[in-house]
Amino acid sequence: MSILINANTKVVTQGITGKTGAFHTRLCRDYANGRACFVAGVNPNKAGEDFEGIPIFGSVKEAKERTGATVSVIYVPPPFAASAIDEAVDAGLDLVICITEGVPVRDMIATRKRMAGRKTLLIGPNCPGVITPDEIKIGIMPGHIHKKGRIGVVSRSGTLTYEAVGQLMELGLGQSTCVGIGGDPVNGLKHIDVMKLFNSDPDTDAVIMVGEIGGDDEETCARWIKENMKKPVVGFIAGVTAPPGKRMGHAGAIISGGKGTAQEKLAVMEACGIKVTRNPAEMGKLLKSVL
Amino acid sequence: MNIHEYQGKEILRRYGVATPRGYPCFSVAEADEAARKLGGNVWVVKAQIHAGGRGKGGGVKVAKSLDDVHRYASAILDMTLVTHQTGPEGRVVKRLLVEEGADIRKELYVGMVVDRASQRVTLMASSEGGMEIEEVAAHAPEKIHKVAIDPVDGLSQHQADDISRKIGVPEASLAQARAFMQGLYRAFVDCDASLAEINPLILTGDGKVLALDAKFNFDSNALFRHPDIVAMRDLDEEDPAEIEASKYDLSYISLNGNIGCLVNGAGLAMATMDTIKLFGAEPANFLDVGGGATAQKVTEAFKLMLKNPAVKGILVNIFGGIMRCDTIAEGVIAAAKEVKLSVPLVVRMKGTNEDVGKQLLKASGLPIISADNMADAAQKIVAAVNRHEERAAP
Repeated sequence: MSILINANTKVVTQGITGKTGAFHTRLCRDYANGRACFVAGVNPNKAGEDFEGIPIFGSVKEAKERTGATVSVIYVPPPFAASAIDEAVDAGLDLVICITEGVPVRDMIATRKRMAGRKTLLIGPNCPGVITPDEIKIGIMPGHIHKKGRIGVVSRSGTLTYEAVGQLMELGLGQSTCVGIGGDPVNGLKHIDVMKLFNSDPDTDAVIMVGEIGGDDEETCARWIKENMKKPVVGFIAGVTAPPGKRMGHAGAIISGGKGTAQEKLAVMEACGIKVTRNPAEMGKLLKSVL
Repeated sequence: MNIHEYQGKEILRRYGVATPRGYPCFSVAEADEAARKLGGNVWVVKAQIHAGGRGKGGGVKVAKSLDDVHRYASAILDMTLVTHQTGPEGRVVKRLLVEEGADIRKELYVGMVVDRASQRVTLMASSEGGMEIEEVAAHAPEKIHKVAIDPVDGLSQHQADDISRKIGVPEASLAQARAFMQGLYRAFVDCDASLAEINPLILTGDGKVLALDAKFNFDSNALFRHPDIVAMRDLDEEDPAEIEASKYDLSYISLNGNIGCLVNGAGLAMATMDTIKLFGAEPANFLDVGGGATAQKVTEAFKLMLKNPAVKGILVNIFGGIMRCDTIAEGVIAAAKEVKLSVPLVVRMKGTNEDVGKQLLKASGLPIISADNMADAAQKIVAAVNRHEERAAP
């Protein structure tokens, strides 16, 4: 088991013919069961053609009907990314993973409003994607650094997720699923949503939760963990040294009005019984200590 | 992206939000001319910089005569204005706003932000105008009223009137306050703002509702559809290093420490800065070279860091995923040679082709210190900088 995706997931790629989409589709197809998982691409101007053997359809709806795809991954450029999400939601997919970085917040506010009451889950935008090691990878993370196992990882940052995975691997700990929820202020699944999934996944034993400055998603998740989580969780928050009012790369990584500091998040997490470290080189060790 | 108060007011006027009449001025002569054009007998001379607290710093003066206007404009223009938001070095004033004076009966606060939890634009209002909203939030949170705005319906008449009453707008001015808030919301949405603050919003003696100040931030991801707002950018108000970085698609922010860091990924970059602090030093910058760093990009990043005279050592931390460590190693070697690196350099590489990368660094003959993990890297650069400093001391 795993969360969100597994070896049997069928994926449609929106933006499969663009430079980024093509590059990462090849890597995803070549990872584990990818050849069977990546069943369709979408490009209205190239319907009927194929991308290296993967059929291209004119719409997500058609791709779903013809291939049984239930998950989409989006690489389309920022001005069109939100409407690509809308299309996947309208087609009734289960899960949409939007990799695109730089989507305007206003577009995401409208898209999230449209999604209310629909069944489709969204991850991202501005995220590395999701991987269930040795089964399927959907996104831009390096597949080979992962190994199947029983630790869940959820993070707002791409390379910091890889860092956590690298540390787990040095200790011989594989992962059930790693979820990069992305660094934008208005997005899909939050830490708490992914944590709930890990909590009910019989094949996840413990979770590393990596956060960063900005917003209060980590605090919300920590409070839920205190009341509900049956498995150990360890955490790290990036940005103790970040100055207020400065956007630290990610659109959502900003301390505004004195809110969203790393210290505040770490304090709430500790108060909720989550073991935290202030040394990002020790995320793996800390996780091992709670098993 | 930020803009000046006078530019914010231009936007507000386009959406029917009332402001005092005024003109931006780039010289004392223009200020004199503006006051004459405005007429009346009270004017306000306001320094235009991208920072709050201008009044306390002496950057806002009320003039009761044209001579006053001339005197204040001369004093404020080219002054170095220090406020709690500029840092101790302050900001040189290059633009003024000369406005007609207003008869202030009451000062209120209205702001808009994108609320992450509700995923909507949220209107915040308070009866405590003129104060910083953070202070009000800390001392009298019950005086801040909020309403989340539905992106389809917009700000309704009921919502606007309700919040207006809560902050003490009299019944006779409700319609004006409503037009004000609805206009502000339309401006916020149309212009892809990420923050708007009217502090203070004032009620005048004759019951008018006016924006006495205007602060806007815009979503940089949406600037592609707003060439008019991009044209308002004032490069004098931005850090030259950050402007330079954006030319090479590098995400760079100047900080106060002495250890430069070059990292791929924003989260890892912050974590690297934190680790440096954890081991007793301070980072000189945030620098994310992004996912697709080339040798040229790495070289530009080195040049950028070394332009800062405070930098006494550099820490490179790369998690090679799709980007291979050997590519980064080549970039680091090329950069170190090109800039004739004279400060200690610690490189930590992990991930794809890390052995090849390490081998390349070793074979380069450059005095590069290799590290195994982030903590090791931070300790090594802190120690190397301390040794370097001792040797440099007489």
